[in-house]
Amino acid sequence: MNAGAIWAIYRYEMGRFFRTLAQSFISPVISTSLYFVVFGAAIGSRIDEVGGVSYGAFIVPGLIMLTVMTQAITNASFGIYFPKFIGTIYEVLSAPVSFLEVVVGYVGAAATKALFIGVVIMVTASFFVDLRIAHPLPMALFLVLTCVSFALMGFIIGIWAKNFEQLQLVPLLIVTPLVFLGGSFYSISMLPQAWQTIALFNPVVYLVSGFRWSFYGMADVPVAVSLVVIAGFLALCLAAVWWIFRTGWRIRA
Amino acid sequence: MSPILEIADLRKTFPGGVEALSGVSLEVREGEILALLGPNGAGKTTLISTVCGLTEPSGGTVRVAGHDIQRDFRAARALIGLVPQEIALEPFQRVWDGVRFSRGLFGLPRDDAHLESVLRQLSLWEKRAAQTRELSGGMKRRVMIAKALAHEPRVLFLDEPTAGVDVELRRGMWEVVERLKAEGVTIILTTHYLEEAEALADRVGVVNRGELLLVEETGALMDRMGRKELVIELQEPLDAVPAALADYGLELAEGGAALVYTYDRRSERTGITRLLADLQAAGLALRDLSTRQSSLEEIFVGLVQEDVA
Ligand SMILES: Nc1ncnc2c1ncn2[C@@H]1O[C@H](COP(=O)(O)OP(=O)(O)O)[C@@H](O)[C@H]1O
Ligand SMILES: [Mg+2]
Repeated sequence: MNAGAIWAIYRYEMGRFFRTLAQSFISPVISTSLYFVVFGAAIGSRIDEVGGVSYGAFIVPGLIMLTVMTQAITNASFGIYFPKFIGTIYEVLSAPVSFLEVVVGYVGAAATKALFIGVVIMVTASFFVDLRIAHPLPMALFLVLTCVSFALMGFIIGIWAKNFEQLQLVPLLIVTPLVFLGGSFYSISMLPQAWQTIALFNPVVYLVSGFRWSFYGMADVPVAVSLVVIAGFLALCLAAVWWIFRTGWRIRA
Repeated sequence: MSPILEIADLRKTFPGGVEALSGVSLEVREGEILALLGPNGAGKTTLISTVCGLTEPSGGTVRVAGHDIQRDFRAARALIGLVPQEIALEPFQRVWDGVRFSRGLFGLPRDDAHLESVLRQLSLWEKRAAQTRELSGGMKRRVMIAKALAHEPRVLFLDEPTAGVDVELRRGMWEVVERLKAEGVTIILTTHYLEEAEALADRVGVVNRGELLLVEETGALMDRMGRKELVIELQEPLDAVPAALADYGLELAEGGAALVYTYDRRSERTGITRLLADLQAAGLALRDLSTRQSSLEEIFVGLVQEDVA
């Protein structure tokens, strides 16, 4: 194993993040605050409580999930796409580095960044609402699993994409709708019956539900199901990465 | 001593059917400079890319110091440094961070002293804190070399190191290559500047249409293939080549003040002795004689044309 190479890639990817630390830090803080102004104050004044939790506090887990998923995908897909695009990938390909080491470096860095931003949002939110964390360990587990699996998905998108349009296509057309319809800002039980059934086909619903459970002890679907879904999604992404590794798909000529 | 690089029957067919390498075999000795010459599209870059792991071979084997580049890719790649044809650098990366990253990718411990000596050798030390987008083209090319040297490779591939570079920079690059050779690094470079191969290489390989036509000592290639010209300067200019000398295929030069005789060094009889006798018989008075050798360029054009024919 070439641990030095994993570290070099990880360090390099994190370097870009820390170079723009102010930006990496300030933008989630501002957007979170805006969500609280719009959803918490404006809408929340009409919806006073969801399952015994103030609306402002209710949306925090969903908000974190929403940001973490999109950040993990964006960071990982861009992280691997960019060197492909400008040609610097040659260095990684000609180094004594295995594909799995490359994955660990890029995905690890993207997951770390997403995790960092998730924590920033959590801390920011705690200034606006009364944030309780009923089950801290499961909360951390859900958060980390989500960061890692969505970073893997982003990595696959970055390998697959042949141009910038494709790079943005999957997040824009698939991930963002799923995430917004995934119950970040409402409980599934608030939807009409037909939509509740449809929502159960959205995997993000299970992630948000499980994550929210770890805060407030309430969930739209059983927690075990949520865990199975996130573990299944992770397994799926790992399998896809393994397949890319076996076939060398779109990496080497 | 066994060769540092052994390429056997290497083949590469790209998806879509282009056969870029059709069975290349080549052995490179440790410490030598080998120049690969060939027109655009000959397969030089594909050959390098395949050896360095950027392209999957379709057939054949490559071994670096005995390590197979596929089965034993870590050991093989650890010995190789690659400077691709196209400059590819992260625009906002600082030179120092770039070379550190390159070394790290090879899993080697940090060694600032080595990186400093590499940067100094390439006259980049003063620029270590600069972002690559601030550097000139020649400096960027040298940064690429510095990155390839960061892990102390024993074999260095330089794919067209002086393409599109002005004469002065080209000389600078030659000096760099010669210094690396003096340190014992084996260098394989591609070029289509024949004077470059002639000036630098111990051996020259000629590549055309995916095939290695020949590999030969640079000097021997010149000797073997070299056509020579004998320039005969005359006391009195001529209007035409005298009929008595018609058999020699002489050409008038310098407004009739000189005759040029082309002959082949390979042949037993160059015909020079007889020509000189006939010149005297024709009553021509000579002022001076000189010979000149045709350049690699002419040799090369001749080879490729033979191949096409
Ligand atoms: N990625 C690729 N896909 C398809 N064909 C390629 C690819 N790279 C190179 N070729 C083809 O392979 C041949 C050799 O190209 P190359 O190795 O770049 O030649 P050189 O470096 O000698 O100019 C050319 O016909 C080129 O078009
Ligand atoms: Mg080329």
